[in-house]
Amino acid sequence: MLFAMHPRAHILAVAFSTCIAGTSFAQPAQTPAISIAVGVLRVAHSRETISILDIPAGDDFVAGAELGRSDNNTTGKFTNQEFTLKDRKLAEGEDAAEAVRAFAADDIHLIIADLTAAQLLAAADAGKQTSTILFNASAPDDRLREEDCRANVFHTAPTRSMLADGLAEYLVWKQWRRWFLVFGSHPEDTLYADAIRRSAKKFGAKIVAERLYQDTGGGRRSDSGSVQTQRQMPVLTQNVPAYDVLVAADENDVFAGYLPYRTWDARPVAGSGGLKPTSWDATHEQWGAAQLQNRFYRLFKRTMNARDNQAWMAMRMIGEAATRTQSNDSAKLREFLVGPDFSLAAFKGQRLTLRSWNLQVRQPILLGDGRTIVSVSPQEGFLHQTSELDTLGYDKPETKCVLR
Amino acid sequence: MRAALVGLLLGASSLGASVPARATMAYVTNEKGNSISVIDLDKLEVVKTAKVGQRPRGIVVNKEGTQIFICAGDDDTINIIDTKTLQIIGDLPSGPDPELLILSSDGKLVYLSNENDNLVTMIDVNTRKVLGEIPVGVEPEGMALSPDGKILVNTSETTNMAHLIDPQKKEIIANILVDARPRFAQFTSDGSELWVSAEVGGTISVIDPMKHAVKQKIGFAIPGLPKEAIQPVGIRISRDGKTAFAALGPANRVAVIDTATKQVTKYLLVGQRVWQLAFTPDEKYLLSTNGVSNDVSVIDVAGLKVVKSIPVGSFPWGVAVSPQ
Repeated sequence: MLFAMHPRAHILAVAFSTCIAGTSFAQPAQTPAISIAVGVLRVAHSRETISILDIPAGDDFVAGAELGRSDNNTTGKFTNQEFTLKDRKLAEGEDAAEAVRAFAADDIHLIIADLTAAQLLAAADAGKQTSTILFNASAPDDRLREEDCRANVFHTAPTRSMLADGLAEYLVWKQWRRWFLVFGSHPEDTLYADAIRRSAKKFGAKIVAERLYQDTGGGRRSDSGSVQTQRQMPVLTQNVPAYDVLVAADENDVFAGYLPYRTWDARPVAGSGGLKPTSWDATHEQWGAAQLQNRFYRLFKRTMNARDNQAWMAMRMIGEAATRTQSNDSAKLREFLVGPDFSLAAFKGQRLTLRSWNLQVRQPILLGDGRTIVSVSPQEGFLHQTSELDTLGYDKPETKCVLR
Repeated sequence: MRAALVGLLLGASSLGASVPARATMAYVTNEKGNSISVIDLDKLEVVKTAKVGQRPRGIVVNKEGTQIFICAGDDDTINIIDTKTLQIIGDLPSGPDPELLILSSDGKLVYLSNENDNLVTMIDVNTRKVLGEIPVGVEPEGMALSPDGKILVNTSETTNMAHLIDPQKKEIIANILVDARPRFAQFTSDGSELWVSAEVGGTISVIDPMKHAVKQKIGFAIPGLPKEAIQPVGIRISRDGKTAFAALGPANRVAVIDTATKQVTKYLLVGQRVWQLAFTPDEKYLLSTNGVSNDVSVIDVAGLKVVKSIPVGSFPWGVAVSPQ
């Protein structure tokens, strides 16, 4: 293989200004360490999962923040900073706003949140009074980045529209353009189904049939489960027009996990079952990710899931901001994060940056089947004038967000 | 018929090849092939492939050209290989997941980064004993030694720092923040500048090693390529200090940089996913390892042209050249 070199057309250098204020940290540290206090505010997730592998551990989510804290503190040894973490788990019916005020009373003004959309908004609005900034590391709701966006909330979790677009780009690349959409009966399923319909339209796929799966309760993983599902899933998926791929919207893990190998027609399954779009998976190892997986496993004796990773990203954002600004002041940290110098290395093959218009972290979407990562979107050929990552989810010209 | 004949001839020549003692050789670690490819630099072709430990990446040759040291990351060890026989003749106790290593100027010590343990380890080559461990940032990787041997440098990928270490006292002198995911460090031959590449940040920081400060940053822009695809890793600087070369990862290019102005003067198209670079002893050629296209590009340094591509093993990563 010999490559021809084109003439001077390729020569383009970006020269930065000559005297960059380099930050240097002498050793050993003399003055007392600056403390950066971070709160984790979370709710329990259902243990009713289709696969036993997906039952959330007791330290689900907070373990990711804890690893991020450990990474930040290794750096902190050199920058004379110490990161602390206080974990608060909300019981059913407890007020998230009250928890934010309680954190503020303890002088904690940085919160990594695993909350529902409604709880997050209550927490964010309470946080305005206490100079608190929040990192939404769980809720995928687009409205939190659009009509209900908040100036004090950063989002490390990808949105439903980003996840659906990440999947759609791959399905279109595969030329699987005829989709059969099956969605669940929970409100989140309606939202995910909407995101999938939007992606189909955006990328030129066609939804040839739609079907609702009503959640009528019943035991998952029960003794006779396999017998029942083997009969239910073919019935659910029969008598539909010709399609290439079944796309399922089932955020509460009611049925999508049962679809692979059980559809009436022999077709692949994607979405909430089969090939899933996600920010992270225990099988992701490219771009140095194996190192993060190893560190996580060594500390917690389990694998890292998407929520853990999104919490880790939030803690690393706080770490980057605190290291670069030498501050623990939430306003200063926010200023750095929304500025041009912020980027995060998060084992996704490229730097992650922030969408300035709604404070969403731009990121590739992994597509995994639980055994390996099948592909990573954006797919080749899906172009964008500023960042190919902005082919995923609502883009700047469409945004309804006004930050305040 | 003719094709078969050529095939036969090729087969015969590669079977009969032995490693001449005097020729200058380049050694390439094949990360997924668990092997090294040996390139005869007179012929510019692979003359032998030898099995080594699992996931070989960092590689150095001693100044006598008699031994090669290889970080076998998945075996948690450093293989010592005899350049005559290409057999593993011993191991150094590297600790977990060694990635990059360098030798002291007298060849008596190995300094290496332990990616999983946030440590820089110093090992005595003769006794094969660990002489010291220095705690550094998260995911230590790049290693460099100043020409006078007084400053040892390590870069930590998640902490985003270059750690300047006093190798005598085994203590950190300074920690310098650079851009995201610093992977490689290289001094100029006069020791006045330390160049550190940031793979995710997409820049090279030029550090004043005495003042402990970044004095300049070099960025890259290639028309038609997203900026995220430009990910600098390996750096080499000519002995006269005038020209630097930087491997740009998935941008599939090696940047040529004028060290006086810090301007990029040319981008050389090489193979895919270019990782590391090495000069031949006469600096006539620069070799680049191309991880995805499984080849080594040969760059004519005077002409600034890619003149040959040499197929090697699976996922070539590191490259080291024996002295003349």
